[in-house]
Amino acid sequence: MSTRRIVGPFNRVEGDLEIALDISDGRIEAAYVNSPLYRGFEQILQGKLPADALVLVPRICGICSVAQSSASALALADAAGIEPPQNGRLAANLTLATENLADHLTHFYLFFMPDFARADYAGRPWHAAIAERFRATAGSAPNQVLPARARFMQMMGLLAGKWPHTLAVQPGGSTRPLQSSEIFRLHRTLREFREFLETVTFGAKLEEIAVLASRAGLEAWRGRAGGGDLRAFLAVAADLDLWHLGRGTDRFMSYGCYREENGRLFPPGLWHGAAATLDIAAIREDITHAWYAAAGLPQHPAEGSTLPVAEKDGAYSWCKAPRLGGQVVETGALARQVVAGHPLARDMIEGYGASVAARVVARLLELALVLPAMERWLAELAPGQPWCITAPGADETSGVGLIEAARGSLGHWITVRRGRIHNYQIIAPTTWNFSPRDSAGQPGALEQALAGLSAGATEPLPAAIHHVVRSFDPCMVCTVH
Amino acid sequence: MNLLWLQSGGCGGCTLSWLGSEHGSLFRELADEGIELLWHPSVSEAGVDEARELIEQCADGRTEIDLLCIEGSLLRGPRGTGGFHRFGGGARPMIDWVRQIAARARHVVAVGSCSSWGGITAAGMNPTDACGLQYDSEATGGLLGPDFRDRTGLPVINVAGCPPHPDWITETLAALAHGKLGAQHLDEYGRPRFYADQLVHHGCPRNEYYEFKASASRHSEQGCLMEQLGCKGTQAHADCNQRLWNGEGSCLRGGYACIRCTDPGFEEPGHPFTTTPKVAGIPLGLPADMPKAWFIALAALSKSATPARVRENAHSDHLLRAPSVKRTKR
Repeated sequence: MSTRRIVGPFNRVEGDLEIALDISDGRIEAAYVNSPLYRGFEQILQGKLPADALVLVPRICGICSVAQSSASALALADAAGIEPPQNGRLAANLTLATENLADHLTHFYLFFMPDFARADYAGRPWHAAIAERFRATAGSAPNQVLPARARFMQMMGLLAGKWPHTLAVQPGGSTRPLQSSEIFRLHRTLREFREFLETVTFGAKLEEIAVLASRAGLEAWRGRAGGGDLRAFLAVAADLDLWHLGRGTDRFMSYGCYREENGRLFPPGLWHGAAATLDIAAIREDITHAWYAAAGLPQHPAEGSTLPVAEKDGAYSWCKAPRLGGQVVETGALARQVVAGHPLARDMIEGYGASVAARVVARLLELALVLPAMERWLAELAPGQPWCITAPGADETSGVGLIEAARGSLGHWITVRRGRIHNYQIIAPTTWNFSPRDSAGQPGALEQALAGLSAGATEPLPAAIHHVVRSFDPCMVCTVH
Repeated sequence: MNLLWLQSGGCGGCTLSWLGSEHGSLFRELADEGIELLWHPSVSEAGVDEARELIEQCADGRTEIDLLCIEGSLLRGPRGTGGFHRFGGGARPMIDWVRQIAARARHVVAVGSCSSWGGITAAGMNPTDACGLQYDSEATGGLLGPDFRDRTGLPVINVAGCPPHPDWITETLAALAHGKLGAQHLDEYGRPRFYADQLVHHGCPRNEYYEFKASASRHSEQGCLMEQLGCKGTQAHADCNQRLWNGEGSCLRGGYACIRCTDPGFEEPGHPFTTTPKVAGIPLGLPADMPKAWFIALAALSKSATPARVRENAHSDHLLRAPSVKRTKR
């Protein structure tokens, strides 16, 4: 006999989250993830002019705002059949990378680490130091990180006017041409952020982190002197065995991101024990357990619909259940680096599979991988060369924009009829990770990761559950949109 | 004073903007102004059961709230039930929690245009019947009704903006904490006048292009954005070009239009956001307080007087002609 327990509101996730747990014999028998907020962006977008999507979609999410803009700009560029000039491409990379790296930093310091400062861990040998460093709002780390993050976000002032919610990211490039003195100021800001990461987060050069190739190598690195918050986390992860907590589906997807002159910095793909082909045409959204009116079989987002209903038998979330070829996939920094073939990411999932620790380390690894790429893109900017071309408006067209947000794969599908948006469908990273069950009864990635964990029917929720939930860096406002 | 922050039907962008405060750590800034952060969904330690208990205490009066900040639109749908947003951990709609806690709070602050008027969530067909705390777009009313007053007699304070600048939020909260914000400090839409009595136009670096109506016709050009590209900086109430964003930014500095995001109804302008609506070649939205006939006359005169430098640079994405150097006569 199992007991149903409703837990929420989960905080330090972006947006609203509630989870229903069926608990039996002190273990979670089944988890049901509910995204309890619906705003209806896909309905709002219908009938709008395509270019107006660029005002609306960033406001889906305050933390992945530029990612939403970027996916929309790509979808509109695809629909118009254009590509931005080199400066436009580089500016788009820099803008998205700034947001993605800031989000990784925010997740680690403000959302994830404070859980280890909780009284639950008062008996652990590391607790006093971790609590002094990471306690929510009061610790030395959040108070050190906020000013550094704000300084880094000054990249956005120059690249995008402001953050969040910019209109600088356009299908034809960037509205913001940069002159050489502005590029110099961006360069100084990047160098300052590098210094922060190298002294505070890593206690090591970024290049030293970027070449770590295995878990054993990571542990050997931890054993060397140097300090830094990554070492502190690795010590906690070893003590609490976070390498064996929170396994999901071990099917990893990435759309790939950061366009280079040829290909992408992180290529797209699918990984399930080995590399597999990513077939975008095989995506379907299932609404069996979501509060939407059924429109026949699960649909590809290009043909998808969004018709909310107040009540529906068996439904428990506003989140649809996207599936790839019928399978549940996990997306995010770990998936992105596994797909891209980073040896540390691949090695971290060998054996047990995805874990809380692997997801967190993959995010920090990306800080070390992407910042040097940003320095290179900045150097490649060419003032005097064009930044933006105009997108011709077609009355009947369609387009797809696929990018990687900090939290994983984000897709926009647009159909234009008589010059207006006929249909606009969005699948966000957390839509994948925090999906409800589908028509076959398959639980979503988080639902799978929670099953089997210890929990009681009435006692305080074990901290491990908080770690697993937050290890995905969920963005709930994007999830349903 | 203590502060409870709740997120309703929004994107969380007001919080993210706020966290970007450039006066050191925001947490220390608040403490220094005498504000104790009781709970904020994005940054506080307390989660699930502890957070629910705390919010129930605020709702039933066991804990007194000085500053209640609401971020995000209030979702009344479907059919008045509030079911589009139930606060996590229970079946109760968010709008019920907000009504109950707002009735007890010393001050109620709408952070952002969503909780001020409805904002972007109320765009298009407004599928969730979204509104603000005390406004439903331009009409007074909203969730709490036109007659709502806090315990000190103030209406909801609307720190409108999509998002608001971090300082608009902190300066408002600090003024309340120090007892320095009264009805006389709010404009007719309940916005703090310290930023709403300014125009976005004030301090725009494209001012020389504006003076001569040397206008950009495509994105990435340096000219004025008002005549062609939809910029409403000359009508929009905010100090965005005096109190800059993320270091040295603003929408106009970013090369794109001000969409008047601090005003109710900005989400449905009735024209494409980045195209200026015109009748017979004259922009419909004239600068604030400017008589139409004078605008037309001045625009014609200034266009005919535009220096070649300004005209050419306006249509370029980089400087083509530098200003001439004046020599001092001796």
